[in-house]
Amino acid sequence: MPAEIYLNVAISGLLTGLVYGLMALGLSVIFGVVRVVNFAHGEMMTIAMYLAVFLFAAFKLDPLLMLVPISMALFALGYAMQAGLINPFINRPEHSQFILLVAVAIIMVNVLLIVYGPDAKSVQTTYSFDSFQIGPFIVDATKAYAGAAAIAVALALFAFFRFSRIGKAIRACADCYTGALVVGLDVKRLYALTFGIGAACVGAAGSIMVILVDVTPPLGPAYTLLAFVIVIVGGLGSMPGALLGGVLIGLTEALAGLFFTPSAKSMFAFGILVLVLLFRPQGIVGKKQT
Amino acid sequence: MTRFLGGISRRDWMLMLAVLTTFLAAPWFANDYLLTVLILILYYAYTGQAWNIMMGFAGQLSLGHALYVGLGAYATAALYVHFGIGPWAGLPAAILIAMACGAVIGFLAFRFGVAGVYFAILTIAFAEFARIGFDHFRWVGGSAGFFLPVANYAESDLLNLRGKPVMFYYVMLALTVAAFILCHFLLKSRIGYCWQAIREDEEAARALGVNTFRYKMYAVVISAGMTSVAGMFYAFFYNNLFPEQVFSIGRSIEIILGPIIGGVGTLFGPIVGAFVLTALAESLSDVMLVLGVDVPGVKQVFYGICLLLVVVLLPNGIWPPLCKALGLDRNPDDKRGG
Repeated sequence: MPAEIYLNVAISGLLTGLVYGLMALGLSVIFGVVRVVNFAHGEMMTIAMYLAVFLFAAFKLDPLLMLVPISMALFALGYAMQAGLINPFINRPEHSQFILLVAVAIIMVNVLLIVYGPDAKSVQTTYSFDSFQIGPFIVDATKAYAGAAAIAVALALFAFFRFSRIGKAIRACADCYTGALVVGLDVKRLYALTFGIGAACVGAAGSIMVILVDVTPPLGPAYTLLAFVIVIVGGLGSMPGALLGGVLIGLTEALAGLFFTPSAKSMFAFGILVLVLLFRPQGIVGKKQT
Repeated sequence: MTRFLGGISRRDWMLMLAVLTTFLAAPWFANDYLLTVLILILYYAYTGQAWNIMMGFAGQLSLGHALYVGLGAYATAALYVHFGIGPWAGLPAAILIAMACGAVIGFLAFRFGVAGVYFAILTIAFAEFARIGFDHFRWVGGSAGFFLPVANYAESDLLNLRGKPVMFYYVMLALTVAAFILCHFLLKSRIGYCWQAIREDEEAARALGVNTFRYKMYAVVISAGMTSVAGMFYAFFYNNLFPEQVFSIGRSIEIILGPIIGGVGTLFGPIVGAFVLTALAESLSDVMLVLGVDVPGVKQVFYGICLLLVVVLLPNGIWPPLCKALGLDRNPDDKRGG
């Protein structure tokens, strides 16, 4: 095989990985601040994907243009989940939170199954089969747009946490819960906002992902696992880490699919996870917890 | 002996005896369908009990117990199909394999200080790793599945675990009772007290001279070994094994739900939880059938809602409040905080 094939596959894996990273970014933000592991993360991703499929099928609206409204819808969902369900569970043991979110995930998967059925749904945009030729490399148009959109959303999120007042307040909550209470921050509301922002991230990732892959209800649990792998590899709670982890896992999956069989690709992702957990539990970028 | 049997009042003995007698007599009253449901309840009670050793007693959250079920199932089934070694003879090998696997996971995790959520996700990772690995493991059928020879058995062959549901029912009942007794003794022994100390406060336990690494290892290894026995049962009861089903995270969650809904860290919690959840799932199926609803997913949505309600309304599970209502809460080993 010529070397260009490897590079082409690597580029496509990298671009898909950016979307993975954006999805995992949502999980990382939620865990970093609220300290709750969102076991319904992938299910929320599939909700966003189905929203995009619905909008496309009904009104011919391009998923990439619908990124903002879908993110807003998911923000509302996330805010409501945190304010209504998860806030009372903040001080409960981990297994209790786990069952709560598993129950939410079961409901989400099966509501989607009832509404849309078990068949795969996809979106055929006008640029679905386009590609760009850059020097010797061929890049799918969908993947290029997806990667660019993922980077744009991630940058917006970084800017929000860095510069906005609310973003700073949320970081204060993450750094010191008691301190945030002392200076008079409404921590419960900020938690709800954080969960909403994490969900909006997933919403954006979902509306981008739908131009790359077909969506079925069982995709939800698979994406939940993938998001876990990525954030732990990158560093749970670290935002650049989530993106980096996403790119790494995207690359690994693409290359493993090329060198071995595509069905074994997630084995390599889990292999990396095990290695990272053993030798660098705080993740590639994450700081050691004290 | 009196130390282990102490703290159980006459009334509690009577109640336990009544429950056991009901289960022993059940096959005379139950039809085949009900018997299968009872087998499922006992199966989840058993696996829940095994999982409870890790989470309920020692405080280590494992989300990958399907791994040990799968290893037990594949090991005994492969020995039976390829070498003609009966399930009971193959069982020690299966238990050893599962224990070794649990020991590896425990050793790696506890040595490197992987704890809490990270440990839970490490256990998922190993189970998923095994799932995909067995998908490509040709010797035991790979993703196409591994099948045990099935025939109509006129008589039950306990030695080879071939026969009618009644035999499987009594085997599972015996396993569940054995697991219950084992857990009772573990909880009352030195090892059990060390586990509970680790669960409540690991730093404090270490300060008091408890070798926390060693006791956490005991918990993983014992739990893994016990769970693999359920794997043997699974293989010989269903006669078919698919990696996608046996090792899936859904299976791990099913194992965990019972003890959490019933009451983590209690001896009766896993049994009550298994009973409630299985009965709930089966009665939902019946209700859907009566209402004529034939849409896939409706049943699971109701199941999810019920789960949500239980976990929101009963933070400690069903057993502790039920225990109080029955006036049984003098029993000291069924108390659990946090």
